[in-house]
Order: sequence, then structure tokens, then C-alpha cells
Amino acid sequence: MTEPLLAVRGVETYYGSICALKGVDLEVHEGEIVTLIGANGAGKSTLMMTIFANPRARKGRIVFAGQDITQLPTHEIARIRIAQSPEGRRIFARMTVLENLQMGAIAAGMDENDAQLTRVLDLFPRLAERLSQRGGTLSGGEQQMLAIARALMSQPRLLLLDEPSLGLAPLVAQQIFAIVRELNQHHHLTVFLVEQNAFHALKLAHRGYVMVNGVITMSGSGRDLLERPEVRSAYLEGGRQH
Amino acid sequence: MRALPSRPAGPTYRVEFDRALKDAAIAGLIALGLFLPLIGLRTTQDIRNELTLETRWPLLFTMVGLVIAGSLINSFVITPWRAYRQEKPRTPSTAAAQFRHEFLRYFIPLAIGFVAVYPMLSLWLAGMQGSVKWVDNFGIQILIYVMLGLGLNIVVGLAGLLDLGYVAFYAVGAYSFALLAEHFGLSFFTLLPLAGILATFWGVLLGFPVLRLRGDYLAIVTLAFGEIIRLVLINWVPVTNGYAGISGIPRPTFFGIPFNASDEGFAATFGIPFHPVHRAIFLYYIILALVLLTALVTVRLRRLPIGRAWEALREDEIACRSLGINTTNTKLTAFAIGAMFGGFAGSFFAARQGFISPESFTFHESATIVAIVVLGGMGSQIGVAIAAVAMIGGTEILRELDFLKALFGNEFDPTQYRMLLFGLGMVMIMVWKPRGLIGTRQPSVVLAERKAISGTLVKEGRG
Repeated sequence: MTEPLLAVRGVETYYGSICALKGVDLEVHEGEIVTLIGANGAGKSTLMMTIFANPRARKGRIVFAGQDITQLPTHEIARIRIAQSPEGRRIFARMTVLENLQMGAIAAGMDENDAQLTRVLDLFPRLAERLSQRGGTLSGGEQQMLAIARALMSQPRLLLLDEPSLGLAPLVAQQIFAIVRELNQHHHLTVFLVEQNAFHALKLAHRGYVMVNGVITMSGSGRDLLERPEVRSAYLEGGRQH
Repeated sequence: MRALPSRPAGPTYRVEFDRALKDAAIAGLIALGLFLPLIGLRTTQDIRNELTLETRWPLLFTMVGLVIAGSLINSFVITPWRAYRQEKPRTPSTAAAQFRHEFLRYFIPLAIGFVAVYPMLSLWLAGMQGSVKWVDNFGIQILIYVMLGLGLNIVVGLAGLLDLGYVAFYAVGAYSFALLAEHFGLSFFTLLPLAGILATFWGVLLGFPVLRLRGDYLAIVTLAFGEIIRLVLINWVPVTNGYAGISGIPRPTFFGIPFNASDEGFAATFGIPFHPVHRAIFLYYIILALVLLTALVTVRLRRLPIGRAWEALREDEIACRSLGINTTNTKLTAFAIGAMFGGFAGSFFAARQGFISPESFTFHESATIVAIVVLGGMGSQIGVAIAAVAMIGGTEILRELDFLKALFGNEFDPTQYRMLLFGLGMVMIMVWKPRGLIGTRQPSVVLAERKAISGTLVKEGRG
């Protein structure tokens, strides 16, 4: 088997003395969509942030494309072509859409971004219409698109998406998922997706992991996980069988 | 259910005379009751140290009269006007927006043109003797604060790091210049960059420990830093001469020609009669050049990745980091460059005064500069300049209002009401322009058409 693009091996993360991740192992291979689902407080976003060294893993290793990135500072991780669309979108509200997008290219150098800007705007025609509008005046769905588009500006090999459906109407969330699928299929982008919306995330993903209290409890193909009674009862049917 | 009354065609608001008069009478009575002990009676000590009661009926009745008049104006003018405003459908007037747009486009060249000819204008209008005051007290004084405001604007307005100790860098610049000039005899133009570099160094020094702080905590630490610098200046007597300060600081020269009455002086060299206004005008143009330099550098920086990173940092630090911005360096450069301009302003200040002491670098100065930045609208350079003119020029103009003495008696000193008016102005701006005079952020890159959206429409901070 080939070397995974991203490998998380035995990672433990602490907030002060509280252990948030208790030895997480996870792999993302080139060309995959991998999703991580779990309840609130399971540690999904913590893992996402730990990959970006903010907070840093206290134990274990994180390897990206053969390079150990565990000790790298956050801004340098962003420069080795991992991009993140953080939880809650975090776009720059007072900056225009264009300025937001250029911020995404700042790691790669702001000068050489015209070609990438055209490519990203082709993916998100809605943003192309609103280039000179302020980020804060966009709708929630558009803001999420902007957050993803901004992350894509650095031409990443791996995109980390933290809860892109957060606070969006189901229909808009589906649009976002469709975009993620398109990015993966037609643009060969590897995606690591953290989601609450387990059903859509597992349908979309090639493989999935389930996290409970800082530990990975299950993994398998997306379809496989969707069929499992434990997953169904805990994440898909409102915990009815508990 | 009865039908809603149909709206009459005319203005629906009607002034009720009885009520207006009653309101005015009540307000007058309350004012009388309050002012009787506060204003009407006054205790004074006479020569034999006996307390005597003095009455001031005319003043009391004037005040009560003012209150009644205010109440009547409110009832008959302000309230109907507000009602009218509310009734009138608010259509966003495109003509007004167009006008504002045009105005803003020409405002900057016009303003720069005005400040460039300002000394000549004052010479022409006020004559040689009169214009010393107008160039020095108004022009130079205001421009120093514009410069400080623009410098702090980089730290507070662009990078969003609330620095309450900015006066420290101003002090570092001033003392660097004064001490180096005193001990090494170097000239102003040699020392100006040097003072800037030293202030930059202190900016970085302050930047390091506060890198992890934000908001209130950062404000407190920077406030303490400002005080520490001032206390060091007071107590390190062998170097700084403590409270006594440093005097005899050399003045800037015109390519080596001093501005004095001697035979080598400026006036003698150019064969014109000596007058202090020459130096004032020369200093005016130095500080104007420094201000324009600061503004230009800031405009350029905003278009560079570092400037954009500052603004992004102000909006969302976590997003910045996940986009690969080195927040440590970004904050440090903001502190350093802001401090550098503070240092320039400080050394200019020392050169202009010829004397400096710790008295000039109190927290009051920091607060004034922060107020200028906030009133101007965080991040807006034009706003900062306008706010500096209003705040510093406003307080200076109070000294000129001698005619008020005729109205309120000879003891009346308008400058004593400075802080009161300050506060009033602040509150009014907070009510009407909560984001500062110019609250709209100009995008630093634009497409073909420029579209400004009022800052009030956009949520503060996180997206």
C-alpha cells in the first residue's frame, strides 16, 4: 500500500491538564474524501486544529507527504500545501471577497495568484459576482463558499474542512457538499472533512472515522459505516435505540 | 374592532402648547431648585478668614432661563423635526451618495493643497507677528498629533492591537534626539532616523512580551509600559535629568544655516529682516513632510501582503494563522513601524520645543492619541487627520474665544471647559457615528467599479 498523504499516529492533545485526544490514529490517502464524525465535544475540531499545530500534539506524530509536521509552527504548515477552512468560516468580514481570496494566497505569495483566482472563481460563480462586496454582507452559504474558496487559493494538496454545513439550510449544505465532491472528482483534491451531519458526510466520503471522547471507535468505508447499527442509532436516528 | 384611523395628508405631529409650557415650567423649577444652592449661593472667605455668603442672582436666573429656553426649543423645534424625520420615508438618495463620492475624491488633494499653502495664507491674513501663533500653535501642533495618530493608526487601526502606551515611543524619540544631540552634537536630520530606529527597537521590545495578549489585557500592559518609560525618565536623573528635563536642545537648521538673529543666521544670509516666523514656517514644512511620508508609507504598506495581514489580524487571528500568516512577525512589525513613526514625531517635538521633560509624556497624551484614532474611525487615515484637527485645533481655538468674556464676565476662561467639550464631542460621535468619523474601510484592491458599504452594515469582528 502506498504511503498516505496525511498520517496521524497516536496523537494526544491536552488543553492544560485535560486530555482532549487520547491517542488518535488516522490516515488520509491521496485522492480520497475522508470524513470524521462524532458528537459535540468528541474532539473532532481539536484534531483538526492539532494537525495545524494549534494546539500542538503532546504525544504522537503527524506526517504529511512523508514530512513530519508535528513540530512545525502553524503558519509553516499552511505553506506546505495543507489548507484549512476553519470551523465557523472565519472569513474577514470587513474585507471584500476579492481581498479575502487574496489573503488565502498570501502563503503562496500574493503575486502569482491570478491564474488560481480565475480557477477558484470558475468553481464558485456566485463569488465572482460579488468580488467587491464585503465578506460580512454575504449570506451564510456564500460565506462558507468564500471560506472554502479562500482555502483553495493556496493550491492545496489536502483540504481540511471543519463543519462546512454549520448553520446552513439543508439545501445550501447540500450545495456545499456537491462542491466538495466536484473538487475531489474533477480537481483531484484530497479532502478531510469533519462533520456533524453524519448522513451527508458518510454518503460523500470514501472512508469515515467515528470519534467518541477523543478516541477513534470505528472506521470503514462511508457506505459501510452508514449501514452499521451503532452508527445509525448514535448519529443518524437521533439516538432512539439508546 | 374599530378600523385604524386613516393617515391625514399633512404632518401628523402637532405641538401641544399646554404641555410644552408645563414641561418648560417643571424643568425651570427643577433647575431653580438645583442651581439655588449650586450657583445662587457661594461661600467666600474674607480677609479675616470669616466665611460669608455671597449671592449670585443674575447668574442663577440666566441659567434657569437657559434651561427653560432649552425645554421650549425641544418642544417646539426638535421634537416636531424628529417626528417629521421619522414620517418621511427614508430613500437612500443616490445623488447624495454620488456627491459624497465625488467629495471624497477631491478632498485629499484639496486638503493637501491647503496645508501646503497654509503658512503663506496665515502670513497674508495675519501678518508676520500674528502668524507665528497660527503656524506654530495651530499648524505644527496639529500636525504633530496627525503624525502620532497616523503612527498609532497602524497599531490600533490596522492591526487591531489596542496600545494605550504609545506616548512611550514618542518619549523615546524625543529623549533619544535630545541626549544624542547634547552629547555628540549631531544635527536634527542625522538624528531623526536614529531616533526612529531606537523607537522601533523599543517597539519590538514591547512587542515580544505582549504577543500572546489581546484586547483588554494588551491595553493594560501597554498602559503600564507607557508609565514605566515615564517613571524611568523621571528617576534616572544622571541621564535624563529627571523632572528638570533637558534644555538647550539644538534646533533644526536650514542646510546648516541656523534660524537666529546672528550674522550667519537664516535672515542675514538671505538678506531679509530677522523674524521668528521663519523658523516656525520651516518647522511646519518639516513636520508636514513627515506626516505625508507617514501617510504615504501606510498607503503603500496596506497594499503589500504585510499590510493586508495586519488588517486580517484585526479581524480574525485564528483565520490568519490557518492561512499561513506568521502572526508573531505580523504583530511585531505593526508595533515596530508604529513605534518608528512615534519616534520621528518625538524627535521633531524635542527639536521644536528645545526643551523636554517627563511632563510632556503623560498618559494624557496616549489617551489623546487613542481618542484621535478612534474618533477618526479605526484604520482611516483621512479620519485620523480630521479628528486631530478637530481635537487639537478645537482646544487651541478655545484660547481665542475672548469675546465670550464679554458675555460671561472677565473671569470666564473657555479653556477650562476643554475637557467638558471633549467629552461632549466624544459622546456625540458615539451616538451618531459609532464607528468613527470615517467608519468605512476602503478596500485596498478594487475592481473596475468601487462600491463602498457602510461599516455599520457589517458585523464587528468575527464573521
